[in-house]
Amino acid sequence: MPNPDVSLPAEFADLEPFADWALRGEKARYDKRLASSMEELQAFYDAAFPRLDEAMAYLEQFPMDALPEDAKHLLWLCCALVTVSFPVEVWRQQRVPDSGASTFDAVLEPAI
Amino acid sequence: MPHFTKPAEGSWTEHYPELGTEPVSYQDSISPEFYERERDAIFGRTWLNVGRVEQLAKVGSYFTKEIDAARTSIVVVRSSKDEIRAFHNICRHRGNKLVWQDYPGEETSGTCRQFTCKYHAWRYSLEGDLTFVQQESEFFDLDKGDYSLASVQVDVWEGFIFVNLDPDNTTSLHEYMGELGKGLEGYPFHELTQIHKYRAEVGSNWKLFIDAFAEFYHAPVLHAKQAVADESRKLMDYGYEALAYGIDGPHGMVSSWGGMSPPKDPSMVKPIEQKLRSGLFGPWDAPDIGLDELPPGLNPARHKAWGMDSYVFFPNFMVLIWKPNWVLTYHYWPTSYDTHIFEGTCYFAPPQNARERLAQELAVVTFKEYALQDGNTLEATQTMLESRTPVKTFPLGDQEVLLRHLHHTARQYVHDYEQQAHLTPVHA
Repeated sequence: MPNPDVSLPAEFADLEPFADWALRGEKARYDKRLASSMEELQAFYDAAFPRLDEAMAYLEQFPMDALPEDAKHLLWLCCALVTVSFPVEVWRQQRVPDSGASTFDAVLEPAI
Repeated sequence: MPHFTKPAEGSWTEHYPELGTEPVSYQDSISPEFYERERDAIFGRTWLNVGRVEQLAKVGSYFTKEIDAARTSIVVVRSSKDEIRAFHNICRHRGNKLVWQDYPGEETSGTCRQFTCKYHAWRYSLEGDLTFVQQESEFFDLDKGDYSLASVQVDVWEGFIFVNLDPDNTTSLHEYMGELGKGLEGYPFHELTQIHKYRAEVGSNWKLFIDAFAEFYHAPVLHAKQAVADESRKLMDYGYEALAYGIDGPHGMVSSWGGMSPPKDPSMVKPIEQKLRSGLFGPWDAPDIGLDELPPGLNPARHKAWGMDSYVFFPNFMVLIWKPNWVLTYHYWPTSYDTHIFEGTCYFAPPQNARERLAQELAVVTFKEYALQDGNTLEATQTMLESRTPVKTFPLGDQEVLLRHLHHTARQYVHDYEQQAHLTPVHA
């Protein structure tokens, strides 16, 4: 079910099933990566990666300080694609190999 | 046969003869007694970077900094006279912590007109003067002029705010930063206001994490899986050599090549890096930050393959300046002999659009993936250094000269302090 609070621009309706990745904050995106199966990460990557060029072209219409809400969600979804690219492209697992119990958390990030 | 020229002595290490070439003891990283000495000899007496001027944008802007190693918390503020001031974060009445929110041990920041103690509402101006005492007439001969906040020496180098907790310190910050600091002056740090800051609690001695980031000898091995397979094998065969090293007083620097930003051949890097034109070395398309010419200290070998310079400002502040016009800083705040808080902060030019924002995001997240591997490896090092194996000394190669220098410097500071204070030397 599309969540009206996290909907994407109409041009990216095909990514709506993955709109729950449009999370604000790197920690939230990383936590979702750890909580997902590799199949889920691969499905999101396979759907979003081919749309990345179009997403950037769409987002470039707006200055950073005037992004509409749905465009912000698209940007955060692209940020989440960055987060999942590591397990999908290199690690073949959700966690960073050899990272054990160590944590590394964002304490200050850009608002958008 | 080295790929890059070494000094006439044959190695960087022998270029600095006081460092020696013999295997090194890591007793200084596993001894609680030595750490107690470091707290007084190093963290209580040297200039420590606690933030940047952008954090104190207007009069009344403040932040607190917990400096457990120096047994204090400080509050740094832009005063009514538009000066940066620093104080021990303690109320003069009965010693309550003056500025904190919800959790006394956590750092905080904000803007205020004055400081009011949560306990009995004693108030202090932004200059640290005691201005109000609740029920003042109940006190005995209390002269408010005698109860200003305890001030701390504070100064600014290139927008970085430093404090020195030794009231008797007579070395200016400018003098302390030495030739390496001087060589960086003029770099437009103030243009890089897009901040991503990370924090980790690490189960190792503070110096061991500096060790990990002051050599790149480990990079092709520990981080092998971060590159595509063919590239990873090539990096491993090639190994790592710096373009140049520099040491001045307690500080050091390593200058490094950086062929990945952008890579010669896009197939060398992962699909996401090709698409976003970014990676570990930062966004490939450098923003204009008004840097017509590098400050004299950067790329000292003037090598065309230059990619980044990494500075270790003793004791616990590292600055990494990358060719594509961004900066990374590291801080290591000890909390015990075998634990510390690590802070990694990325500074970029504010992105003009989402494409630039995403290129920065990839650089930041890549840094995080590397740091997670580095942090975990350190706990493995700390526990084995502390084990009762017969292994007591460790050989350091020429690409590890900054590590040799860091431990040498820490031992020297402790030794000098022990002499001055007439203390029985702690073995390390």
